[in-house]
Amino acid sequence: MNIAVTPPVDKPGSNQRPAMYYYDHFDRDFVQERVAEFRNQVERRLSGALSEDEFRPHRLMNGLYLQLHAYMLRVAVPYGTVSSDQMRQLALIADKWDKGYGHFTTRQNIQFNWPQLKDVPDILQALADVEMHAIQTSGNCIRNVTADHFAGAAADELEDPRPTAELIRQWSTNHPEYTYLPRKFKLALTGSTADRAAVMLHDIGLRIVKNPEGDIGYTVIVGGGLGRTPMVGKLVKDFLPRADLLAYLAAILSVYNRYGRRDNKYKARIKILVHETGLEAFKAEVEAEYAAMDRSGTNADPAELARIAAYFASPVFETVDAGDLEVHKAAHPDFARFVDTNVAPHKANGYAIVTASIKPYGGVPGDVTSAQMRLLAAVADQYSCREMRISHEQNVIFPHVKQSDLFALWQMLKTDDLATANAGLITDIIACPGMDYCALATARSIPIAQEISKLFANEERQKLIGKLGIKISGCINACGHHHIAAIGILGLEKSGKESYQITLGGDPTFSASIGERLGPGLDAEEVPHVIDSLVNIYLQQRQGDELFIDTYRRVGQAPFKPALEREVEDGSDI
Amino acid sequence: MAKFKHPQILTCSDLITGDVMFMQEGDWNRDHRRAKVAHTEEEAAALLARGLADFAKNRVIDVYLVDIAISADGHPEPIHYREKIRTLGPTMRLDLGKQAEATFAGDI
Repeated sequence: MNIAVTPPVDKPGSNQRPAMYYYDHFDRDFVQERVAEFRNQVERRLSGALSEDEFRPHRLMNGLYLQLHAYMLRVAVPYGTVSSDQMRQLALIADKWDKGYGHFTTRQNIQFNWPQLKDVPDILQALADVEMHAIQTSGNCIRNVTADHFAGAAADELEDPRPTAELIRQWSTNHPEYTYLPRKFKLALTGSTADRAAVMLHDIGLRIVKNPEGDIGYTVIVGGGLGRTPMVGKLVKDFLPRADLLAYLAAILSVYNRYGRRDNKYKARIKILVHETGLEAFKAEVEAEYAAMDRSGTNADPAELARIAAYFASPVFETVDAGDLEVHKAAHPDFARFVDTNVAPHKANGYAIVTASIKPYGGVPGDVTSAQMRLLAAVADQYSCREMRISHEQNVIFPHVKQSDLFALWQMLKTDDLATANAGLITDIIACPGMDYCALATARSIPIAQEISKLFANEERQKLIGKLGIKISGCINACGHHHIAAIGILGLEKSGKESYQITLGGDPTFSASIGERLGPGLDAEEVPHVIDSLVNIYLQQRQGDELFIDTYRRVGQAPFKPALEREVEDGSDI
Repeated sequence: MAKFKHPQILTCSDLITGDVMFMQEGDWNRDHRRAKVAHTEEEAAALLARGLADFAKNRVIDVYLVDIAISADGHPEPIHYREKIRTLGPTMRLDLGKQAEATFAGDI
């Protein structure tokens, strides 16, 4: 896809426009054609010319599901990057065609829970107007490519992964060989020494690395995933030269397309293929495919990657100091807590990365009102180069904030409950929509998250506990990533009632591990108290500043078992 | 077909709006409390046939029978929590869904 570029409104690298990809005429025409095509399909569906069986694949390919109460539209946010103009358009959609809010997902997307079928073509047009779409947010295709939400800003980053993510997005979107894969396919990238993108838990995870010669390339991990059969990805290629990326991905996908199981959807993900084939045999298949293919015809022209990368050029960072940051921290302890928890190191001196928490105490994880969307956009306009990221942790990131602006930014966020000082703490809970919205769910997730959040709302206690991830899924499909939580919660049905299994010891980072089930399922009302007991046991067991996962790996599960027998432990009636 | 254990009502989603509907005597209605109750397997089969006919006419989608019990005030109420939630709306957002509408607040 090396075609003429419509010049951006101003130069990449300036601060007048966000550092993100902009559609060229090909992209615009393609998305516009898809809107028109879907409008026609909806018209034919409503006229009865298309049956539901005929229409369903079309609506799913455009991100439109039928959920528990209504249709649901899932909108792609490529690698989580969203501009302030796009955020305002999402707010408009929420107000005009939905119920005034949206939900940020664990795949860096946003979902609207109440659209009507007749309105969806207009919604897609509104998205296209700001260079967004809902294509490939469903179906057995390559889904939204996700990336480190600190990309392009993190102090620990080797390279911004988003140009590579965009290259993969362009290559894979509407790719005829990848439209009907055996099952859905998810890629994640990071360019940092810390893994904030869970690359070990995706169908393909890519880590940008530098070899001893100083060349940039990729470590390729294949066969990770959650769902009913959680698996940590396997190292398939330690160092893949940058120029060979697409050919190597094509080789992996060809092997998957050829051997992936289409007879059983529960065994159709590539993780099962890797597992059943065996890593060495799978690698041999990929290498043979790679050796036999016309790599030059598949790999991207380096000029094309350079063209894409130019869009992501860093803003022009000023030489600034922290201003009165310390004075404000001293005067406002709640601001100091916010800085301690929600502000991360930036690659540029005098700048910071800020997490706006979408996890108010007792709130719905990931839900934002249209008013909050507009506030986020205004904050981005004023303090973060008009750019935001949606994190897979369901928060919103401001990637480029002057430290001297942190106090003013915090004051703005506070006006609409977006400044909860809990990023990475126990109340920063990831939760899928669960049975309050999802047709596949077997139990509710959100009310469990709300109760736990309220229980641990004391910020001093949260600080004492430190970083600890709780993730909740309302069914075995694991959209809430419970398998990779320090404390995971899985909602199931047992004898006509909701029942919750607890898992311990999950880890989403490079040292990934799948959580282990603690014991029998719990009733909903028992869950917060058991979590409280688990945390108390952790605090008793931990050494120094040890994280939960490290304590768990050191002492094992046995010391945590009594949390399930809390009546015996403290006499309370749970 | 699953064994008939409980009285049943018929539900679907409206094609255009996606709204949850229930078959009453004459047509579909948004209020499950007005739904026609099938007390026998034959009555349930007849209900389902009517619903599938509307599916075939492209009026509704996702048609299926729901097990219910008759409440103290004589109305059908789903037995399973999933279907209870579906009659009302999200349990943590009482301002959304049918539960938020005045017509669903009181007696029918």
